Amino acid sequence: MNLSLRDALREAMSEEMRRDESVFLMGEEVAEYNGAYKVSKGMLEEFGAKRIIDTPIAELGFAGIGVGAAMNGLRPIVEFMTWNFAVLAFDQIVNNAAKTLSQSAGDFACPIVFRGPSGSAGQLAQQHSQTFESWLGNTPGLKVISCIDPVDAKGLMKTAIRDNDPVCIMESEVFYALEMNATPGGDRAYSFAHTQIPTLGDLPADGEDYTVDIGKAAVRREGTDVTIVTYNKMIWTALVAAQELAKDGIQAEVIDLRTIRPMDYDTIIRSVQKTNRLVVVDESWPFASISTEVAYAVQRHAFDYLDAPVVRVNSADTSLPYAPTLVDAWLPSPEKVIQAVKSVMYR
Amino acid sequence: MTQVLTKPKASKGKKSPGYSKDMYLSWFETMFRIRKFEERTLMAYGQQKIRGFCHVYIGQEAIAAGMTSALQAGDAVATAYRQHGTAISRGIPTRECMAELYGKATGCVKGKGGSMHFFSREHKFFGGNGIVGAQIPIGTGIAFAEKYKGTDNLCVTMFGDGAARQGALYEAFNMAMTWKLPVLYICENNQYAMGTSVERTSNVRDLYKLGASFDMPSEEVNGMNPESVHEAIERAAAHIRAGKGPYYLEIKTYRYKGHSVSDPATYRTKEELKNYMDMDPVKSLEARLIADQVASPEEIEEIKDRIKVEIDEAAQFAEESPFPDPSELFTDNYMEPNYPFITD
Ligand SMILES: Cc1ncc(C[n+]2csc(CCOP(=O)(O)OP(=O)(O)O)c2C)c(N)n1
Ligand SMILES: [Mg+2]
Repeated sequence: MNLSLRDALREAMSEEMRRDESVFLMGEEVAEYNGAYKVSKGMLEEFGAKRIIDTPIAELGFAGIGVGAAMNGLRPIVEFMTWNFAVLAFDQIVNNAAKTLSQSAGDFACPIVFRGPSGSAGQLAQQHSQTFESWLGNTPGLKVISCIDPVDAKGLMKTAIRDNDPVCIMESEVFYALEMNATPGGDRAYSFAHTQIPTLGDLPADGEDYTVDIGKAAVRREGTDVTIVTYNKMIWTALVAAQELAKDGIQAEVIDLRTIRPMDYDTIIRSVQKTNRLVVVDESWPFASISTEVAYAVQRHAFDYLDAPVVRVNSADTSLPYAPTLVDAWLPSPEKVIQAVKSVMYR
Repeated sequence: MTQVLTKPKASKGKKSPGYSKDMYLSWFETMFRIRKFEERTLMAYGQQKIRGFCHVYIGQEAIAAGMTSALQAGDAVATAYRQHGTAISRGIPTRECMAELYGKATGCVKGKGGSMHFFSREHKFFGGNGIVGAQIPIGTGIAFAEKYKGTDNLCVTMFGDGAARQGALYEAFNMAMTWKLPVLYICENNQYAMGTSVERTSNVRDLYKLGASFDMPSEEVNGMNPESVHEAIERAAAHIRAGKGPYYLEIKTYRYKGHSVSDPATYRTKEELKNYMDMDPVKSLEARLIADQVASPEEIEEIKDRIKVEIDEAAQFAEESPFPDPSELFTDNYMEPNYPFITD
């Protein structure tokens, strides 16, 4: 099996749309243009203009229309061209989608999926390079998924569409082209930019209606010396670092959170109990970030197992400028991860 | 002469006053400078010297030229990411613009903004906004400050046809009219927002009509020649400087290239593109200047040669300039000099 993240997301949406008439997709350029990043390619042709809907550039408006439709019996998938533009729609996501159930004392659910790419993608500068996992993960009422593993992203997307709560899905512009290569024997590897990295995880049987539970992390690489917790495109950075570390005799266990909220603390803590060391690799800014949350949970529940303080690798505590030298300095890299791992190993 | 682009409307203005030879030549020079700058930009992008999102202004040059000639030095401009031409027309040197595209420390914002974010306090150029429509209220606020300070400057607030569908427009238009702010709204209607044509985004296809619900004086303008742009802006500016509040111009134009460098623009027909290429604002102005004997072919050649040298030098300057030092990451985030960044 070869499956790209881009194709996986489209297959998930299409399969759910075939199952359930109430599911529809709307957003900028999703229909006639086949999606700004071609995630919805061919969907207009299959499902028609009633269900694959091009919107004007009006994020606040169409997100709100999605919320209303969800309250009234439909299951909208709202695509943001990138999550940076969803900031305009935060009113509808945070003040409405997240709160409708509570405000109506259970009378109105809001089964909606908000999705799009999150995170930096090279030299796109300040306004186009942000991650929103910690912003939205902070909000009760929302579930937040952030995963680039093609098979799991597909399974999670399907679960999210069937879920009765609002779910925000963060994808990756850079890694839409990431491919999963899997053998019938059950070996799986990521292939990206002419590089292949073996990775662990489940694989669906042929033709299986495969879903992945929200709220469960995945171990992508087993190791005994240090745990690296990460998510979204930093999984690639972490796996590259882990391969390098192995050459130095350091076996890192790499955990892909997959879901940000609710977070799978158990998987993290079990791993730390085994390795006794933790590095968190997180593209969000350091303050009140995903790494902060993971570090808190580990010191609270696995304090006695830690042989070193938790270290994190985040993006720099600044806006991201355009120049390549500044992008390199800003983003977590395999080198920075290796350095962090060595520091918790006292090497 | 070029025609009004779609559905010609009777011109509301007076007959075009004859403009001086200097004015015509300066329009031509500005437009040719922008065209050559953008052609060089595309070339450098192909060579991967310029990265990220890059939106060129080719086809829209007459708007920048006609706008700048109709403004006064203290006027401000706020626009979107398709801004290279606007910035150049307002006087930011091409070498600083090119160095910015290359991400170099000598760029107009030290390599920190790139194609979408040029700024210049000196030229009252307030950016370069990458969030569609965000500059509409911001430009309105810049105008608010001019009024507050008691100047006779205005702020030109420019946005695309796609941006006209953002809710921010309605809120800003309303407050600007209520408070009689010195703001000139310009919609550069190049007929597409990425792959979406104007007709596909609303019932209201004439974007100048959006001003009507606020009783804002609004007009449609041909953006393919600098005269009509200049004439309309001069008239609008006089209205605004007289303290009568905002004015809104929908300037019709066309972008000859894709939305950004990576867009093959397959959503429009070859015939449509050819139709608009036939009214190329730069080429048609050149032809008219010679045909109407405003300038000799030699005078035009002299300008072209000079600009080509300028753009070559701009590219060389960009090429030879250094990238910003990585420590620049921690500058310009706060005015406060010793801000305690989290580094661990
Ligand atoms: C809020 C927001 N939504 C979406 C985008 C992505 N985007 C960038 S440009 C663009 C089209 C804008 O078209 P228009 O306003 O007509 O300007 P033009 O590009 O034609 O100059 C879109 C959708 C964005 N940058 N910001
Ligand atoms: Mg446009």
